[in-house]
Amino acid sequence: MNRAAFAALWSHWRRHPVQLATLVAGLALATALWSGVQAINAEARKSYDRAAGVLGQDQLDRLEASGGITVAQYVALRRAGWNVTPMVEGDLPKDNLHILGVDPLTAPPQPALAAFAGDGTALAAFLGNGFLLVSPETAARLDNADLPPLRIAADVPPDTAITDIGVALRLLNTDRLSHLLIARQQPMGLAPLSDITDLRRVTPQDQSSLAQLTESFHLNLTAFGLLSFAVGLFIVQSAIGLAFEQRRATFRTLRALGLGLRRLMTLLALELGAIALVSGIVGIALGYGIAAALLPDVAGTLRGLYGAQITGTLGFDPLWALSALGIALLGVTAAGAQALWRVARMPLLAPAQPRAWAMASGRAIRVQTAAALGLLTISAALVIWGGSLMAGFACLAALLIGAALALPVMLLALLRLARKFARGPLGEWLVADARQQVPALSLALMALLLALSANIGVGTMVGSFRTTFTGWLDQRLASELYITAPTADEADEIRAYLAPRSDAVLPIWSVDITLRGARAQVYGIADHATYRDNWPLLQALPEAWDRLANGTGVLINEQMARRDRLGLGDMLALADGWSEPVLGIYSDYGNPQAQLITGTDALAARYPDTPVLRFAVRVAPARVPGLIADLTDRFALPEGTLRNQSEVKAAAMNVFDQTFVVTGALNVLTLGVAGFAMLTSLLTLSTLRLPQVAPVWALGVAPRQIALAELARTALLAALTWALSIPVGLALAWVLLAVVNVQAFGWRLPMQVFPDGWLWLGLWALIAALLASAWPVWRLVSLPGGQLLRVFANDR
Amino acid sequence: MLSARDLTKSFTTSEGSLQVLSGVSVDVAQGESVALTGESGSGKSTLLHLLGCLDTPDSGTITLKGAPLHDLDEAGRAQIRRSRVSVIFQQLNLIPSLTVAQNLDFQARLAGVLDPSWQQELTQRLGLTHLLTRYPEQLSGGQQQRVAIGRSLAIRPELVLADEPTGNLDEATAETVLDLLLEGVGRSGSALLMVTHSPRLAARLDRVLHLQEGRLR
Repeated sequence: MNRAAFAALWSHWRRHPVQLATLVAGLALATALWSGVQAINAEARKSYDRAAGVLGQDQLDRLEASGGITVAQYVALRRAGWNVTPMVEGDLPKDNLHILGVDPLTAPPQPALAAFAGDGTALAAFLGNGFLLVSPETAARLDNADLPPLRIAADVPPDTAITDIGVALRLLNTDRLSHLLIARQQPMGLAPLSDITDLRRVTPQDQSSLAQLTESFHLNLTAFGLLSFAVGLFIVQSAIGLAFEQRRATFRTLRALGLGLRRLMTLLALELGAIALVSGIVGIALGYGIAAALLPDVAGTLRGLYGAQITGTLGFDPLWALSALGIALLGVTAAGAQALWRVARMPLLAPAQPRAWAMASGRAIRVQTAAALGLLTISAALVIWGGSLMAGFACLAALLIGAALALPVMLLALLRLARKFARGPLGEWLVADARQQVPALSLALMALLLALSANIGVGTMVGSFRTTFTGWLDQRLASELYITAPTADEADEIRAYLAPRSDAVLPIWSVDITLRGARAQVYGIADHATYRDNWPLLQALPEAWDRLANGTGVLINEQMARRDRLGLGDMLALADGWSEPVLGIYSDYGNPQAQLITGTDALAARYPDTPVLRFAVRVAPARVPGLIADLTDRFALPEGTLRNQSEVKAAAMNVFDQTFVVTGALNVLTLGVAGFAMLTSLLTLSTLRLPQVAPVWALGVAPRQIALAELARTALLAALTWALSIPVGLALAWVLLAVVNVQAFGWRLPMQVFPDGWLWLGLWALIAALLASAWPVWRLVSLPGGQLLRVFANDR
Repeated sequence: MLSARDLTKSFTTSEGSLQVLSGVSVDVAQGESVALTGESGSGKSTLLHLLGCLDTPDSGTITLKGAPLHDLDEAGRAQIRRSRVSVIFQQLNLIPSLTVAQNLDFQARLAGVLDPSWQQELTQRLGLTHLLTRYPEQLSGGQQQRVAIGRSLAIRPELVLADEPTGNLDEATAETVLDLLLEGVGRSGSALLMVTHSPRLAARLDRVLHLQEGRLR
């Protein structure tokens, strides 16, 4: 009995292969986009763990000092019996390599160093001439670099090299240790650290870990994945809904023949489960492909935004595959629940004639509108009272779902308005018919609305960010030339050389401090018009620059002000005995850390040992190339130490653009899925359009005219949906800029609008809608007349 | 006025070619009403579709007031349907998304021959005045057919072709609808060719033709 009933149910898909393909494709796409994003997130998090876990840096306390630690300080601690291990860290910009120098004899256990255990020869080589332990992908990249020999160790993070501390000091051209790690196990009876050293002890929880910093980025990515998944589910729900409506007669017959309702429901659930399984497998393959394609861009984004090193290659995790299958099953359950519920409630003697599919009643639309209003109210409430990143995303979700649910009633209202402007019988028919089609097409149109709104919202955010960032760069990078000297002596020489040959030489120097439990950078700047005229101050006290020059106050960046709720005039304790009022707050986009600015003299007085290696040089732009040539000849400066303003700006803009590559790709994918949803809905509806089209044809409207009217109807609905997506997109952008960004990054950007972008998007939406409707319309109007005449025929 | 000669029509089915009409000739004079009867599958509807330019014959000729219809292209056939020959089907005649008022004047506006006073007269005589703002789904079967009759007569067609227009209606309603149809075609001066299974209704028309196995008997 089960087999016969299942065969009867399955025969529907055999007769409607396009519908089955639609269902599988929709579910596979939804699964692919969601699981692809999850794979990217998982891979990135794995990289963070690998980076954080190197030599236990994420677990052990460390000792730090601004300007580094001398060997003498280290030796003093060892002599006092403290079990500490020295670390040297720094970057080789030329090779894009992070160097990590360790002492393998005192370093905590670490997988990357496991090869030395019991291998005296390898250890001797490591300590002797030295070599660099790197990951396979880094080794491939550095094949011909001018570096010590490379050895491969799988557990080393990408673009990082672990080496002996001596080699690291040599490579980084320094004589100071970066910090000391304090082992957990220490001998009994040691003198307190504070008695032996004035080094600062920092516990891991005091540091802003990479995982925490990047969490908001991954949350963003997850939100996009969820949006794509939701858009894909619209396709699935519409395909399942149609298939169930078309089989109402089959359900009634099967039940009339003695198949119990429970058994029928079980068979239908099994059928959907089988489809979900197949779609899930296809989705896994697609998702893996998407993740592999996007991962290099994500790696670039994370490197640009946070300096995080992510491997550009994707591993395969069976758990991920299982979770993707789970999400496919979950998706089909969510999308099929309504259809199954209808079957369960269908009386045995209900009319078997398929209803006008998905033709929502007035009551259903009223309920939907009420739900939409409720969600939009919740969204507004979250803006006012939310106050967290999660609340920001919940606000976005409520806004998008609310707007999607409100779409049918808004479209109906707009079409009622359009009726007044319709000309001629065909024009009136077109508008009237469009109104009647709204409930049937609403799922696809909601998907389109979501995709268009997301595009406008994210486009507005990125555009606002780009415009603000460009202006901000002009302010921040006002000097014409930037120099980084290799050593303090050379820095002095260069400075002396430049003094008579430039308008001004402005030192750029900073120290790292721990402020209110988090790392912060303090910059000392000279009193110069370059800063007074250009620095992007958001708020400032009167005479802030004069007071800064006198060393009686600090400027802080926006993210610090927001995070610590600091305002103008608030006192800030920078170190023991050093407190200053906040004189001003400046924008500092793209910087995850707190930053402060004080006068050069004030900083020099407290950190006299910190060398000043970087300078900004003010000089007439025309003289920059000549000056670069002179400096290069005279001081034999290595590559990358001299950078003119345009180079620095170009590099910053490159990082910026890289940051939004993934967002752009996901935007296009979501729009593509929405276009596919339109295609599938129009395709499945085309067979149900015959009763609408046949009378018009019989009354003497030529098929070509009908085709044009059908295309115009789709274009009209797409255009109205696009028009409605603009306010939704702008609201989305506002929430992103004023709520999510502030919570995630600590800065707020002024919102700007880009109407030309909307027009382009509208054009694309129109093209997508017309392309999606081309095939269904062609199918409809190329039906032989006999098929259209059958509409009028009765069984006789 | 309408003259069809030696019409043949066959359809391809999964079991091969099915000959539906085998050399049918028929004439209908101006203002004449003709009933076309026959068993199911005898080819009545197919003949009506050929005469109404909804389909094309395999062979044979059709002329309307001397103008050939059988070799017109799709656009030409659409033009005939729009302005000279009206067809009323048994069901689903109306455009679901338009109101009764819009359905009534749809064809006349398509043909560019809307005559408001004639339209008003038809609406009153068909008893549709109070239904003008309703949609087809809100009407009974008889009401729907009355709207279909009104729409088809709005263009004052030369020929009205009706394919069992009362087939879905009860006896009393069927009589009323036929009364209205006959009165309407009489007032507009149109000829009528009506397919019907009912000998009683057929007897009310000027002439009865009987189709059997694709031939007129």
